[in-house]
Amino acid sequence: MTLPDGWEMVVGLEVHTELKTTTKMFCGCANVFGAEPNTRVCAVCLGLPGSLPVLNVRAVELAMAIGSAVHSTISPSTFHRKNYFYPDMPKDFQISQYDLPINVGGYVDLPDGSRVSIERAHLEEDTGKSTHLGASGRIHGAERSLVDYNRSGVPLVEIVSGPDIRSSAQARLYASELRGILIATGASDGRMEEGSMRIDANVSVRHANEPFGTRCEIKNLNSLRSLGRAIDFEALRQIDLLNAGGVVRQETRHWDETLGATSTMRTKEEAEDYRYFREPDLVDLAPDLAWQERVRDGLGPMPAERRAALAARLNEPTSTQLDALQVVVDLGFDVLVAAALDADVDAGLVLARAANELAADAENIHSLTTDAFITTLLMEQNGELSATQAKTVLLELLAHGGDPRAIANAKGFEQLSADSLGDVVAALIQANPDEWSRFREGDEKLAQFFIGQVMKVTKGQANGKAVIAELNSRR
Amino acid sequence: MKSAIDIANDVRTGATTAVAEAERSLAAIRSRNEELNVFVHVDDEGALETAQRVDAQIARGEDPGALAGVPLALKDNLCHVGKLTTAGSRILEGWRSPYSATVVNLVLKAGAVPMGKTNMDEFAMGSSTETSYYGPTRNPLDPARVPGGSSGGSAAAVAADMTPIALGSDTGGSIRQPAALCGLVGVKPTYGLVSRFGLIAFASSLDQIGPFAKNVTDAALLLEVIAGHDPRDSTSLPEGAPSLVAGVDAGVAGKRIGLVRELLEGADDDVVAAVGRAREVLTEAGATVVDLSIPECRLGLSAYYLIAPAEASSNLARFDGVRYGLRVDADDVAAMNEATRTLGFGAEVKRRIMLGTYALSAGYYDAYYGQALKVRTQMINAFHRAYDQVDLLLGATAPSVAFKFGEKTSNPLAMYLSDVFTIPTNLAGDAAISVPFGRGEGDLPIGVQLLGPGRSEAQLFAAARVLEVEQTS
Repeated sequence: MTLPDGWEMVVGLEVHTELKTTTKMFCGCANVFGAEPNTRVCAVCLGLPGSLPVLNVRAVELAMAIGSAVHSTISPSTFHRKNYFYPDMPKDFQISQYDLPINVGGYVDLPDGSRVSIERAHLEEDTGKSTHLGASGRIHGAERSLVDYNRSGVPLVEIVSGPDIRSSAQARLYASELRGILIATGASDGRMEEGSMRIDANVSVRHANEPFGTRCEIKNLNSLRSLGRAIDFEALRQIDLLNAGGVVRQETRHWDETLGATSTMRTKEEAEDYRYFREPDLVDLAPDLAWQERVRDGLGPMPAERRAALAARLNEPTSTQLDALQVVVDLGFDVLVAAALDADVDAGLVLARAANELAADAENIHSLTTDAFITTLLMEQNGELSATQAKTVLLELLAHGGDPRAIANAKGFEQLSADSLGDVVAALIQANPDEWSRFREGDEKLAQFFIGQVMKVTKGQANGKAVIAELNSRR
Repeated sequence: MKSAIDIANDVRTGATTAVAEAERSLAAIRSRNEELNVFVHVDDEGALETAQRVDAQIARGEDPGALAGVPLALKDNLCHVGKLTTAGSRILEGWRSPYSATVVNLVLKAGAVPMGKTNMDEFAMGSSTETSYYGPTRNPLDPARVPGGSSGGSAAAVAADMTPIALGSDTGGSIRQPAALCGLVGVKPTYGLVSRFGLIAFASSLDQIGPFAKNVTDAALLLEVIAGHDPRDSTSLPEGAPSLVAGVDAGVAGKRIGLVRELLEGADDDVVAAVGRAREVLTEAGATVVDLSIPECRLGLSAYYLIAPAEASSNLARFDGVRYGLRVDADDVAAMNEATRTLGFGAEVKRRIMLGTYALSAGYYDAYYGQALKVRTQMINAFHRAYDQVDLLLGATAPSVAFKFGEKTSNPLAMYLSDVFTIPTNLAGDAAISVPFGRGEGDLPIGVQLLGPGRSEAQLFAAARVLEVEQTS
């Protein structure tokens, strides 16, 4: 989307990511998604009188890993209490880092060559989850509200970018790149649909090179699509307002996915005074250099580096292939893809299967061995399996594992022998003399016609390339 | 009344049983609890069960521990699994904790027999036990007077011979001041020496759990049992429990003790005189007592009444009617929160929540809370400097002997001044002990306070013991 002439949007993102620790941030309760409500709770994460928090060392390590990955300076830090009343927050304050965050500064380089600065990436605890029953779906006007405290006390890192983003496309690119980085560090599973990564966007508009305008914060965007749409809507709303002679009020806004619009949640005047003060139940956090070093050394290469490594093996990659690379690396399939390239599988084929079939069932990737993947692709490449058949075999391998040849046999994906393919092609040539003569005269488009006919007769068991070879041999 | 040490020895040798001691304690509670309102929850059944377990251990030839069969009173802000825990507040009326405080587990492990929960100022906010929702506790030595507070119930339990020892908590003097007013030994341990896990927080950076006893040795014994590192309290000191009982008779020969002018300022004449005699006794015992001034002590009260309420305003936010305790239904969540807290909290708690909320508010933080933190740092530094010159400090515990009911309830500032000598130790995070020494107006006991740097408890007990020996000889 382009903004009206002369206008520029200024966007900064606050990305909250849940950390993939075994236990919660301040107690021994399991950090799991989707358990029966209120079964992963104890005196500490329910904020019972007398309970005290004890910091989870693993959460600190993952926060340092994130900081290292976005080029932050790991710094001595403290915890504060952010005080406000809300039923899903058991202590009615949130333990968060305030003026001294664990990670200070940093940046993320995006695939389009731009750089977004990072102001800070700090630790905090998550709240419980409220479900409001009633027409509004929000706490105001709810008939009943139910609270699940399983999420209460789950460790979070909030990564705050500088106001460096200038378009919704760049915002999406940044969020996507950051998501890949979070997954690569092992700190997060990056699942936006499960809420393990949530984004707030600060949006303002200005005429190019003028000072920043007044910003509005859009809360809780939980998909890249919502992020892009909400930013565009908000920027246009502000421009319309300003063009009509109005002023932008600093406020927090809510994004309604169905309406495709933002609306006021609370204005600056209504904003809570959080009365931050040092959390007296926790001590200062000052990871020593050796510990920082260990965390840094434990980090593998980040997505940009891994994409570059794979891209270097492609010969003039197409834009489809570059998009596939992004998916492959974000999902951590790049090792698998590299192994297939080593085994001389066609790059286009590997990327297509990895970014489509494997990505669609990424949760089951552990069922698929490198050998099985390579064997399946080579069978497809050699014409032993059609594309449809190869995809079916891959899905079966993801679902249950096993041997690709055995699966192909069991499914009746008999290799169509060269002889029988020859018979089928000969019969089709006889039945379609006009098409055949046009093909012989050089109308290459008709190859697709014959492939389609062969597929129909063989119920998809033939390989397209083999058909073309057969046709050419009879030309 | 037998000391805790004697009871434990007699239980271990079979001269008495834990059940007999528990029954004796229950009889004492029954005879005066209605009059004095010491225990808010008497746990007859639980106490007898625990005592039976201790006796069964003895029968099996096992050692139940240092407090074998010793009846003990718990301040009602200490969580004990399955037991009523109300912190003197209506908002927790009927609430039973689903878990136990570390100190409760430790005393049970040492063979002690908790008799129930003692009355206290609501959420430990008070110096007379008059702010309790469950009514005031009377001083067993003179029922027309207060026992002090906030741990007034625990002090009264020991003073009335209901239990030989009790646990209280001290945020600004809540153990030492009632100990002084009830003629007991009371200790505010070094911050972090005793785990706060399971102590319903008033002001987290100041709260410490500590012992009440009739004598120095029993207090040392109880502190030895409850001290030590607890991984469930991040502010817990890393070192283990110190040895305390073994050194109580070490004396003060060669020690340098500073008599702090500011810890006598405004005290009644009888109190000042008692501290003067304590100085003589300590000198006779071989200590060098010098006069000292720590002017920062004068700022303690002001700093305390910003820091403690600020932390309390946050600590008490959780009492919102959503998860446990009182709920007053209303049209929406915010109205329910408000109605619940309006009915559930008493006037003093509301006053401090408002003070604290104000002190932390945007635009006021720097002038109030921020300034108080600076004063606290100055206080810490001032005590460091003092302890460079002397081993221990000496002063009064409270400005007067036990006062009468209602005497200070209408004037919060007068009440707050009851803690003017005890607050500096909490702000500094150091240790202090109040030991009965002499009598004043109405033949009521006076408490003398000894203060020391972090982890100086052994020295404090030894010095207190010198005064105790002189007092009883």
